[in-house]
Amino acid sequence: MSAITVFAGTGNNMVAEALRQAAPDVVAAYPITPQTTIVEGYAKFVADGRVHTELVNVESEHSALSACVGASAAGARVATATSSQGLALMWEELHIASGMRLPIVMANANRAISAPINIHGDHSDVMGARDSGWIIFFAETAQEAYDNTIISFPIAEDPAVSLPVLTTLDGFITTHAMERCELLDDATVKAYVGDRVPENPLIAGDKPVSHGMFASLGGTYFEVKKAERAAIDASPPVIQKYGDAWEKVCGRPFDFIDSFACEDADFILVMLGSAAGNARTVARELRAQGIKAGVLRVRVYRPFPADAVRAALKGAKAIGILDRSDSFGAQYGPLGLDVRAALYDLPQRIPTRNYVFGLGGADVTLETMHKAYAELAELASGTLDEGLSYLGTRG
Amino acid sequence: MQELVEIRWHARAGQGAVTASKLLAETALLQGQYIQAMPEYGPERTGAPLKAYTRVSNERIELHNNIVHPDIVVILDDTLLPIIDVLEGIKEGGTVILNTALSAEEARAALKAPADLRVATVDASGIAVATIKRDIPNTPIVGALAEITGVVPVQALKDNLIKSFGKKFSQEVIDANLASVDRAVEEVKVA
Repeated sequence: MSAITVFAGTGNNMVAEALRQAAPDVVAAYPITPQTTIVEGYAKFVADGRVHTELVNVESEHSALSACVGASAAGARVATATSSQGLALMWEELHIASGMRLPIVMANANRAISAPINIHGDHSDVMGARDSGWIIFFAETAQEAYDNTIISFPIAEDPAVSLPVLTTLDGFITTHAMERCELLDDATVKAYVGDRVPENPLIAGDKPVSHGMFASLGGTYFEVKKAERAAIDASPPVIQKYGDAWEKVCGRPFDFIDSFACEDADFILVMLGSAAGNARTVARELRAQGIKAGVLRVRVYRPFPADAVRAALKGAKAIGILDRSDSFGAQYGPLGLDVRAALYDLPQRIPTRNYVFGLGGADVTLETMHKAYAELAELASGTLDEGLSYLGTRG
Repeated sequence: MQELVEIRWHARAGQGAVTASKLLAETALLQGQYIQAMPEYGPERTGAPLKAYTRVSNERIELHNNIVHPDIVVILDDTLLPIIDVLEGIKEGGTVILNTALSAEEARAALKAPADLRVATVDASGIAVATIKRDIPNTPIVGALAEITGVVPVQALKDNLIKSFGKKFSQEVIDANLASVDRAVEEVKVA
């Protein structure tokens, strides 16, 4: 029987607890705001003897993920955490980790990318890792950051997946706000995550192997990449399996998407992360006035749940896709492109608008959500065109 | 209690407003409420004006933005009044709690508070200097807030102080903080 501790904690507290309970053999990390308190909390757990981990203090994020790659190839359970410029500095190793099929779990405190310098929350950093072959979760709350981080370990380490996982939470908004949190007991989480059983470890195995070999002309590189694509495409049932198993343990629902009142909604806003609660608050207000508003939040961003997104949106009259980052020069922001591509397979065409919002931690007021819904009504009636706009800027 | 209570804290960095916002939230959590507490992060310089926020509700809190229409505004430093619009967006019938040596009537005038607002004053700095021996007005002002608004019971606040401060501070410090709460409860005035 599992025991639950209710306490007032931040998202970073909860990620540190989740990591402690999953008890990685190796954590190599470098501090960066607003991720720092994850690693700080974790270092305290190690110092207090509450978890037995080789904690490697490195000189940069480039080194942090490099050390993780080595340790993971050796056969260890490995985790790290970063944010913003730190994630950007890891770009080389992001691809090495996925290309070598190493099940590293990394938490990211989602933060703006320089310039101008800004320490606050948006998704510009994560979108730089979007195409790197990592499974990517976006949490809405501190509690969900905990749940996502715990389920990341068995998903990453399942031999059918064997891919790294990025478990993200919005900088400051989720990493630093104190909320009501539920922590399961250590034994329950330990039993859930199990142990990593590496397939071809560099050490601890009885046959000598090499990892990360040169693969040049002759097609090997090409085929390894095809296998990587096949692995992430085949991962949804495994993600669902471990999500369902965790749902049974903790009682909180797991799905790739979190759909609020979309079934009969005329106007639906789609987004990632912490802003969804604000959208639901406004959707409830609008429903009380007879306007059928819905909210679709994408929790598993890679692999992108296109079928589930399409099914949730298919009855809408107009759709607003909110991006907390931009893909400069592209037709739309990252989520805008994903959602529109998913909608292409519908027999009927639903008009969409793409909104870039909340960059650099800009406060997401209820008024901005009201404005987006009001524009969707215009879009549906044909008085507003499709396209991209910035929501909430002064000019 | 009403469904959702939103509290905005105004202070200068170093006065303990962030701790106060969390102390109140933790106390409410122990009373079975849902909570949220967050500072508005920026460059951290002692003495610079800052804002912090606390939400308390009977139901799960879904909002994740700054509080723009607070039910309660707490001001830990009356030198902020000429430079910050502390009443910005406050709800009709809301409550303002000010750390000041002014009387409640003088404070109402200094705040230019509309008639529908309740204005409470307490010399939390004076109480802090007398009890805790340092001008850290956060604990007494949370005591005044509990007394005036009932967001949490005063006794629950004291129980939580014993529990949470017990991990970090000596019995002497805890007793001084408890005494500061008692004095604030006694001395807070409403105009």
